[in-house]
Amino acid sequence: MSVLNALWQAILVLFGGTFLALVYKGIDRKLAAQMQGRIGPPIRQPFLDVGKLLVKETVVPRTAVRWAFNLMPFLALIAAGTVLLYLPIGPFRPVLSGYGDVIVVLYLLAVPAVAMALGGFASGSPFGVVGAQRELVMLMSYEFPLAVVVVALAWRVAGLGVGPAFSLATLAANPLWAQVGPLGVLGLVLLFLVLLVVTPAELSKIPFDIPEAETEIAGGLMVEYSGVNLALFYLADALKTVAMAALVVALFIPYGIAAPLGISGVGGQILDLAFFLVKVFCVMFAAVTTVRVAFARLKVDQIARGFWIPLTAVAAAGLLLLVLDKAVVG
Amino acid sequence: MKLSSFKRALWVFHVASGSCNGCDIEIVAALTPRYDVERFGIRLVGTPRHADVLLVTGPVTRPMAERLRRVYEQTPDPKAVVVVGGCGSTSGVFYESYNVVGPVDEIIPVDVYVPGCPPRPEAIIDGVVKAVAKLEKLEAGETV
Repeated sequence: MSVLNALWQAILVLFGGTFLALVYKGIDRKLAAQMQGRIGPPIRQPFLDVGKLLVKETVVPRTAVRWAFNLMPFLALIAAGTVLLYLPIGPFRPVLSGYGDVIVVLYLLAVPAVAMALGGFASGSPFGVVGAQRELVMLMSYEFPLAVVVVALAWRVAGLGVGPAFSLATLAANPLWAQVGPLGVLGLVLLFLVLLVVTPAELSKIPFDIPEAETEIAGGLMVEYSGVNLALFYLADALKTVAMAALVVALFIPYGIAAPLGISGVGGQILDLAFFLVKVFCVMFAAVTTVRVAFARLKVDQIARGFWIPLTAVAAAGLLLLVLDKAVVG
Repeated sequence: MKLSSFKRALWVFHVASGSCNGCDIEIVAALTPRYDVERFGIRLVGTPRHADVLLVTGPVTRPMAERLRRVYEQTPDPKAVVVVGGCGSTSGVFYESYNVVGPVDEIIPVDVYVPGCPPRPEAIIDGVVKAVAKLEKLEAGETV
């Protein structure tokens, strides 16, 4: 019964998540266009794009490593979908809660990037290889500050003694803002900002879109992908955007509005779910849409240096403030 | 094969086969906020593998002929070719030049010609839309 239940929930989350991911992508493109003074594509444009890619011919270049080239889009999509199953969706616990924690989520978030890089290496195109190398440099750059943020939060939650600290359900159920003193709040603000900077890098969006960089390396690691394979990468990208925003929400703003408003039962759950979707949208708007309209692309060495030294320093400062706060508050 | 989603999600790749940059600038102008082709779902992509429509400019110089043929073959089916500008359509002022092997339809099959030196962005958008209409008719088995 519970296995069947979990299966139904998983199917619901995956299909609902994919649908919402494409809707969010449409809204993102529409808003970006509006900010540039354009009318922009209709909200359903991503659906049309995917539909079109599915009827296109899928070409595998002669110089490509066929099995790896065809496997990687599936791997990217599956990993991006699996992340959603580990994240708390509004008032609901993660579908796979108890089978993995936030560390698994960190690894799963890295899998689509690695899959894209391997696909780029396997495509047998010099552009693909350059893009894949850049993707790996990016991965090594942003993983460290991201890990510092997550570890800092989990360490502080462990100090509260409210259950397994690395479990996302625990992290989401015990927002730290109310538990720490002023020093801790300052530390949390720093960590939150670091996570917001890491988000577009994780998603390879401008100013961190150097692995794709259409204007210089012609689409980079996507250069040889077409048809169904490209559609899968497109879906994986959309899903990963929602997953990353949902992770930010779960770590830093896991609040519901049903309980403060005194609404319970099914109505409260629906309200909380709607509020969750609004929060995910706000994170996406702040960390992806606005940033990609406002900035130009950075160079790969600027990103590597920027993430390794200044951003990691800010994250470490946040961690240190949390530690000091723990020493003061006790 | 259903092409209904094609009309509203066209990805365009631009091939310059020896053009003077006039048509190319007009293609870029079609992407600016003033013309905003993205509202029709048209997007300029960086690689022929992602493309549905090839925008070819220029009279096709001798070195570019082989590249043009290769780009055409690299584009996954179904695809359409739109020639932008007078040079690509008829070789224009480069007619019978020693280094010109075009016009474009001598090298690859062309669906739509957009004349002009250079054509206006509206004309280019219209040409792209016409190319897709033609593609759909061909798929439906009608003769054009």
